[in-house]
Amino acid sequence: MQNIISVKGLTKQFHNLTAVNQLSFTVNNGDVYGFLGQNGAGKSTTLRMLLTLIEPTEGSIEVAGMDLLKHHKEVLRNIGAVIEKPDVYKYLSAYENVQLFAKLSGVRLSKEQIMQQLAMVGLQDRANDKVKTFSQGMKQRVGIAIALVHNPQIVILDEPTNGLDPQGIADIRNMILHLSRDLKKTVVVSSHLLSEIEQVATRVLIIDKGKKLVEGNADELFDPSETIVELETANNHFAFNQLEQSNWNNYLLRERKGNPVLKLNKKDIPQLHKDLVALNIELIAMQPKHSLEDYFLRITSANYS
Amino acid sequence: MFTLLQIELYKIFKRPRTYIAFAAITALIVIIQLGLKVDGKEYADFVLADMKNMLEINGKIINGYFVCYVILQLLLIHVPLLIALIAADMISGEANMGTLRLLLTKPISRTEFIMAKFLAAAIYTILLLIWIAVLALFVSMLVFGTDDMFLVKNAYAVQIERADIFWRYAGAFCFAALAMLTVAALCFFLSNFAENSIGPIVATMSVIIVTTILSTMSIPLFNTIKPFLFTTHMVAWKEFFDIKVNDANETIKGTVEHADKIIRSSIVLVVHIVLFVGASVVVFKKKDVLS
Repeated sequence: MQNIISVKGLTKQFHNLTAVNQLSFTVNNGDVYGFLGQNGAGKSTTLRMLLTLIEPTEGSIEVAGMDLLKHHKEVLRNIGAVIEKPDVYKYLSAYENVQLFAKLSGVRLSKEQIMQQLAMVGLQDRANDKVKTFSQGMKQRVGIAIALVHNPQIVILDEPTNGLDPQGIADIRNMILHLSRDLKKTVVVSSHLLSEIEQVATRVLIIDKGKKLVEGNADELFDPSETIVELETANNHFAFNQLEQSNWNNYLLRERKGNPVLKLNKKDIPQLHKDLVALNIELIAMQPKHSLEDYFLRITSANYS
Repeated sequence: MFTLLQIELYKIFKRPRTYIAFAAITALIVIIQLGLKVDGKEYADFVLADMKNMLEINGKIINGYFVCYVILQLLLIHVPLLIALIAADMISGEANMGTLRLLLTKPISRTEFIMAKFLAAAIYTILLLIWIAVLALFVSMLVFGTDDMFLVKNAYAVQIERADIFWRYAGAFCFAALAMLTVAALCFFLSNFAENSIGPIVATMSVIIVTTILSTMSIPLFNTIKPFLFTTHMVAWKEFFDIKVNDANETIKGTVEHADKIIRSSIVLVVHIVLFVGASVVVFKKKDVLS
């Protein structure tokens, strides 16, 4: 697949702090590229350098074959972005904000086109309301409408689920999938909510202290043989007894407190389901833990040790 | 560039804060006009107290031209604060709202962006002065009528014929615009370094107060720097109302006593504007947007 973003040896030094250190990665055309790291890992600094908001101390960034610093206007015509909070002009309406940023992007949109843009993010009914009356999730959607106003090939979303309620998080997830699958955009999305990245990303980069820890396909990083499953039962004491006397004893991870937790291959989950019924364990919920999260914690903690 | 300027003006005039300055100016001018309308004669007697025995004055002392001069003298000290309200917000306000990072992810050049912002602040400043001119000059002319203008300076009095006044006001307002643009440029420059508008407003007013004190103090130590301080030159608009006299001590219509002062002050102010705006461009182009 063709590279659309190529970053080589990117470094940003703030006085004595090296926020990003010799970072190199590539994003392929059509990727949903998950950019993972703990708070302060250097994700936002890297994305801001991709958007010319911060000048790199060292390194090069190429977007669609063009050097970012030499051709920044041309490059930015191909990128739409929401960086951290979706801050727009609160004293303007959603319609006026989209119209204003469309002009800034060099695009003249008709009233119908602006309304279509707002309809795409579900805000057509609130088009003429001032943004100051909007919830955080709605502001995030205005931000996305603005990011897409010039129909960019690349969409960069920095922590897009920050401060959102579960419905807002689900909306953003669906929006990312829509951008990728239906509109064929390349999406770079950063988050520390690993479960969210896991559900949308095709490729993943994990950074820590400004350095690359790992980059690869999400499928490869996700190891199905080490899926963690937490059981919520009506009677945990009874559930532990039953599981310890069954073939699942070897898969049990936790001591006899809290909910039973098992480590197993993902393909064995249907069998576990059947056996729980056969063992008369009243199951309230089964929560597969995200292996990518475990992976992330494992490699970042290894980096600290 | 023109689109950027249009957008900046649109944002300025969509904000309620913009109209505070216009409302404040209106209130101040109306208060002064009301006071002079009601007690104008007492005011004139007070101003002319030392000269009454030496002069015989016929005609209306308190006329529209005189009232406008009084208003400008009182108001031009305070207008910088009203200009700072907007100019200080041009960059720091965007940083504070978080919109700066969104703006700069769009395909625009930083130099064009900063120039469009300064031009928008400059247009706002000029509109504010036009508003002052409309209220202070034209409304005063309507309310108080017109006559020759009689001004009392430190050691002498000046009488300017009615037909010789209007162009002087045009010149004075143009010069005042230059002085206020200098304030806007300073405030705009300081706006680069802050993430809310309070800092640049306070810093600008502090610079103006300190340099005004330095400009007016007669201490030899400060005399060498006085010619380079923009506050020394901001009051040169008054020179338009000093008229040349002939050997018979008669005023010469259409003349200004110290035209060279006006030219020199204009050059100093323009240099300050260019320096402040140029420095803003340099700083902003290198600025890392972390807000």
